[in-house]
Amino acid sequence: MKKNDVILQTVTKIVFFIILTFGVELFLAGHNSPGGGFIGGLVLSSAFVLLYLVYDIETVHRGTPFDFKRVAALGVLLAVGTGMLSIVFGEPFLTQTTWLVDLPVFGETELGTMTIFEAGVALTVLGVVVTIILGISEDVE
Amino acid sequence: MINLLLFPIIIPFFFAMILLFFKEQVIVQRVLTLIGLALSLVASLWLIATVKTEGIQTVTLGSWPAPFGITMVSDMFSAMLVTTTISITFFVVLYSFSSIGVERERFFYYPAILFMITGINGAFTTGDIFNMFVFFEVLLIASYLLIVLGGEKRQLRESIKYILINVISSAIFVITVAYLYSIIGTLNMADISVKIAEINQPGIISVIAILFLIVFGIKGAIFPLYFWLPNSYAAPPIPVLALFGALLTKVGVYAITRTYTLFFVHDIGFTHQFLMILSLLTIIAGCIGALAYFDVKQIIIYNIIIAVGVILFGVAQMNTAGLEGAIFYLIHDMLIKGALFVLIGIIIYVTGTSNLREMGGLIKTHATLGWMYLIAAFGLAGIPPLSGFIGKVLITKGAFEADHIIGSIIILASSLVVLLSVIRIFIYAFWGPQKNELPARDKGVYRQMMVPAIMLVVVTVAYGVGAEWLMPYMTDAADVLADPSIYINAVLKE
Repeated sequence: MKKNDVILQTVTKIVFFIILTFGVELFLAGHNSPGGGFIGGLVLSSAFVLLYLVYDIETVHRGTPFDFKRVAALGVLLAVGTGMLSIVFGEPFLTQTTWLVDLPVFGETELGTMTIFEAGVALTVLGVVVTIILGISEDVE
Repeated sequence: MINLLLFPIIIPFFFAMILLFFKEQVIVQRVLTLIGLALSLVASLWLIATVKTEGIQTVTLGSWPAPFGITMVSDMFSAMLVTTTISITFFVVLYSFSSIGVERERFFYYPAILFMITGINGAFTTGDIFNMFVFFEVLLIASYLLIVLGGEKRQLRESIKYILINVISSAIFVITVAYLYSIIGTLNMADISVKIAEINQPGIISVIAILFLIVFGIKGAIFPLYFWLPNSYAAPPIPVLALFGALLTKVGVYAITRTYTLFFVHDIGFTHQFLMILSLLTIIAGCIGALAYFDVKQIIIYNIIIAVGVILFGVAQMNTAGLEGAIFYLIHDMLIKGALFVLIGIIIYVTGTSNLREMGGLIKTHATLGWMYLIAAFGLAGIPPLSGFIGKVLITKGAFEADHIIGSIIILASSLVVLLSVIRIFIYAFWGPQKNELPARDKGVYRQMMVPAIMLVVVTVAYGVGAEWLMPYMTDAADVLADPSIYINAVLKE
C-alpha cells in the first residue's frame, strides 16, 4: 500500500503559520512579559523543524532558499551591531535607547534598540538550531 | 575614547562574524584574519599607552553604575596579556597559512581562532566574575572546534576527554560562583573584594578560594589536575597546539592570579601556602614528564606545566618581587611557548616524525632552524640576556625575601631540568649523523613556515633584552596586584 501523509501535510501547512505567529508574539512580548529573543527563536526554529519532518529536505529548501549558517551569522552581527552603534555615539558599549513613536495602527509605541539586539539573538538561535538538525540528518552517507 | 579597552575584544569578534560569510573563499579568509588581528594589535598597543598615562581604564556596559552593570577593567596586567595574546595569534595565523591545509581552512578554522581570541581577551579584561565564566565558555567552545577540526581518530578520542573535563570544571565554576554569590551577594569583582574585606574572610570564603583554585587549576593544568593536558594537546595539528599551549592554560593562571590577589588576601597563611605547595608539586610533575619522553611534542607540552607551576609560585609569594616576576614570566612563557611549538612543528614537518630517536644531523641541512631553536631553548631555560631570565630571577628573589628557601631551590633546579629537556631535542635532532632519509619537502613551504618562527624568536629576544625598558610597565601591573585598593577605586570610583 502506498504511504500517504496528506493529513499531516495539510495540518502542517496551517500549523506552521500559527507557530510562526506565536514565535513572533513571544519575541515582541519579551520586554514586559515572559518571552524574548531566545525563546522566540526556539519557537520559530521548531516551525522549521516541523517542516523538515513532514516534507523532505529538498522541498523545504526550495521554499526557504537561504543558508541557515548565514542566518546565525547575521543574527550575531545584528546583536553586536547595536553595541557598535553606541560606540559610534561615544557611549559605553551596549547602551540602549528607546523612543516613543506614534505609529499609524498601534498608536503610541515604545521602540528601542533592545529589540534589534533581541532580533539578533532570535536569528542566531533560529540559525543554530536548524543548522544542528540539518547537520545531524545530512550526515548519513 | 571610553570604549577603547573593548576594541581588542570586539574587533576579533566582528571579523570572526564577517568570516562566517566567506566559508569557501580561503584567500579572503586569510586576508581578513590578518587585517582583523593587525587592527586589534594596534588597538591593544594604544590601550597599553593609555593605561600607562591615564591609569586603569574601566567601562561599565550599557551606562549602568559600577556594581550593577558588567564592568570591563583594563589594568596594565590585563592590557599586556591582551597584547601578547593578539601578537602570538598573529604569528601563529601566519604559520597556519602554509601548514594547516585548505581542508581545515574551509571549515571555519579562522573564525574559530578569532572567536577563541575574543574569549581569551574578554577573560583577561572582564571585571565581573560571572562574565569571566561566559568568556571562558566562549574560548572553550571555540577550542572544542579547533581540537576536533579535521576529524582524525586521535583527535576525536582526545576531544571527548577534553570536552568532558572542561564541562565538569565549568559546572564547578558555576557552583563556586553560586556559593560566592549566596554569601557576598554581588558579582562585580571589585565589589566582591570590598565585601570580603568587610567580613574578613571567614572559613567559608577560604573554602570558596580552594574551589576557585580547583576550577582554574583544571583550566590552567596545576598538579594534580593536569592529567588531561598532555594527551589532549598532542592531538590537534601544530598551529592549534601552539595557540593552546601559549594561551589557554595562561587564562587559568591569570584567573588564579586575579582572584588570589584581589579576593582572598586575608588568610594568606592558608590559601597561598596551599597554592605554593601545589605549584611546587606542579613543577616537579612537569619536570618528570619533560625528561621522560622521547617525543618532541610531549617534551614541550610538559614544559607548559612546569611554567604554570613557576608562575603560580611567584604569585603565591604575595610580595612585589614575586608578583613582578610572575607577570614577567607569564608573558615570557606565552611568547616562548608560541615560538617553541612553531619551531617544533617545522622540525616535525622536515623530518616527518615526532620521535627523537629517528632524527639526527639536521644542522647540516637546516642550519637556520637549528640556531633559532637553540636561541628559543636558551630563552626558555632563562639564560641571560634572553627572555626567561629576569622573570625567574625576580620570582626567586621574592621567594628568598619570603623565606621560602626550598621553593626557590626547586625553581632553580627546575631550570636545569628545563634546559636539559629542550637541549636534548637539539642534540638528538640537530647533531650527529643523519639517521633516516628526510622526506621530500617543498623548500618554499619551509621558508614560509620559517618567517613567523623567526619573527617570534626575535620578539622573545627583544623581550629579554628590553627588560629594562619594560620594567616600568611591569611595576605598574604588579602594583595593582599587590594593592587591591587601586583596582577597587578605579572600578567603584569612590
